[in-house]
Amino acid sequence: MHIHEYQAKEIFKNFGISVPKSCLVLSSDEVEKACKSLGGERWVVKTQVHSGARGKAGGVKLVGTIEEAKEITNQLIGSRLVTNQTDSQGLPVEKILIESPQSIDHEFYLSLLVDRQSNKVVVLASTEGGMDIESVAKNSPEKIIKIEINSQTGLTGIDCQNLGKKLNLSGSALNDFAVTVNSLYQIFIEKDASLIEINPLIKDSNDKIIALDAKIDFDDNALYRQEEILSLRDSSQEDERELEASLSQLNYISLDGNIGCMVNGAGLAMATMDLIQHFGGSPANFLDVGGGTTAERVSKAFELIQSGQNVKGILVNIFGGIVRCDLIAEGIIQACEKVGLNIPTVVRLEGTNADQGLKILKESSLNIEVESDLNLATQLIISKVS
Amino acid sequence: MSILVDKNTIAITQGFTGNQGTFHSEQAIKYGTKLAGGVTPGKGGQEHLGLPVFNSVKDARKATNAVASMIYVPPRFAYDSIIEAIEAEIQVIVCITEGIPVMDMVKVKSVLADSNSVLIGPNCPGIITSGECKLGIMPGSIHQSGSVGIVSKSGTLTYEAVNQTTNVGLGQTTCVGIGGDPIQGMNFIDCLTLFEKDDATESIIMVGEIGGTAEEEAAEFIQSEITKPVVAYIAGQTAPKGKRMGHAGAVISGSSGTAKSKINALERSGVIVTPSPADMGQTLLELINE
Repeated sequence: MHIHEYQAKEIFKNFGISVPKSCLVLSSDEVEKACKSLGGERWVVKTQVHSGARGKAGGVKLVGTIEEAKEITNQLIGSRLVTNQTDSQGLPVEKILIESPQSIDHEFYLSLLVDRQSNKVVVLASTEGGMDIESVAKNSPEKIIKIEINSQTGLTGIDCQNLGKKLNLSGSALNDFAVTVNSLYQIFIEKDASLIEINPLIKDSNDKIIALDAKIDFDDNALYRQEEILSLRDSSQEDERELEASLSQLNYISLDGNIGCMVNGAGLAMATMDLIQHFGGSPANFLDVGGGTTAERVSKAFELIQSGQNVKGILVNIFGGIVRCDLIAEGIIQACEKVGLNIPTVVRLEGTNADQGLKILKESSLNIEVESDLNLATQLIISKVS
Repeated sequence: MSILVDKNTIAITQGFTGNQGTFHSEQAIKYGTKLAGGVTPGKGGQEHLGLPVFNSVKDARKATNAVASMIYVPPRFAYDSIIEAIEAEIQVIVCITEGIPVMDMVKVKSVLADSNSVLIGPNCPGIITSGECKLGIMPGSIHQSGSVGIVSKSGTLTYEAVNQTTNVGLGQTTCVGIGGDPIQGMNFIDCLTLFEKDDATESIIMVGEIGGTAEEEAAEFIQSEITKPVVAYIAGQTAPKGKRMGHAGAVISGSSGTAKSKINALERSGVIVTPSPADMGQTLLELINE
């Protein structure tokens, strides 16, 4: 689960990490009051959407007058911000964070994440802050420092100090940095984060360590024990259909193509999308209906797929294991009768009782074509939509 | 011959009396697995499916000499169940549970490292040695005793590989579903090592997917250590960046974890990667007959 920068900074503050003074506004009417309460003569206007690369997309602006802050806020709120990390629709802007600018002496990169190679939480740090960390990793990997944390002993004060020294920090800035890293690890563990990233983390002209940006992602699997975090969820930043699917416990992700897919199992669902593309078609979605394919879930899945504007045909690909194909076929028929099926549909069934399942579908009055060979089924649906 | 489990493996079920535990224990018994009982805390002393129920894994192990366990408990209890099995010195722990918090798995891995147990999963279909022992949720009927070792991150894609190798007449030794979570027990290399050593396994199918670098690491390992023919399939070429494709671990972060990088690495190591998941069995048969 993602949260907004302003929410992440609230969590940082609660754990003693310094962040710039800021005010959240929901409309341009609140801008004047916000700027005045922050004081100073310049402000940073920051769009709150669940995406990085907001600056490059025009979502972060430094302004010198309250009027300018108002004008930009007015333009941004109610618009959608398209960044190189969002799709072409972008994300809706409902909130703006107005912040006091900081005097930057040096910018660092700092992140914590679960490393799949070492199976540990790792800290990544670099003196090359404020830049795209992927290109730093590619062009000068020696500038990224990585420490692995032993889950039984945790992160020690010495680990944090040593990391700070490698970033050429000393004196009060070093201590400040060590405390910051330690607090971030506490957040990571206590809140079940999957990623914490600060880019940039700065040393200001008074040797203070401040988080200029803040990103925290949380482990969806742990949300059952993180009620407070769950309350920070902003559904407006999520794809409407993906959200609806998750409420029906379907794994759904929309794509740009025109062939809807309904598959059991995440791996096979990905493979089905790939195969559509391999034969020259274009998948409209990823959809895993799960192992226990019931008529109810299949109905919901058909509804979801057909709600997509571009969808011209549907490929159903089910490997019947414990749940037999004849039962799945009956489920598909019930679902079609319930929601109606208006576009060409090809069903491929394989596994336990596949022949019986295909026969049931063939003999039904529905406008469904059946095929047990996955390659042929995929080519068939492609020919029907083109 | 086979790897990890066979007809002599004595097993128990944790979460024995729950819906899932009951259904899949019944299926395992039908398949011929030597299931000796199960664990449900608080129900020790009762009988279920004609087998004894124990309060703890330690009790179950003492009474049955079980060396393997399959776990069907909800995600919030999975950490404790895995740790309990490790502490009771169960050798092969199979965790089917999907949705375990990743920090729980980080802690499990650190305990596992100091033990003699192996963990399969979580979020996986389990392990099966064809015709001998089934510990998991896979349909037993499609399996046939034979010569192919299968290791896979995905459930239904494993069934595809199994069905195809059965249909082309090769059959399987053992199939291991290692699961689709970012932190997992056994990985590709662990299973490939065992398949290489197993005399009955003559060839290998490996099914990977986007996310992480396990396939790239496996590719390097195959090049230097594996002498048997390997066919692979990698799912997720059309997956968009940054989206979790059903499995918690199936996500492309930035430029890492792409299908392309995995396919390239495997092909460089001499592995035949099939573009269609429908062609794994046939491709392997052709490779063997070359």
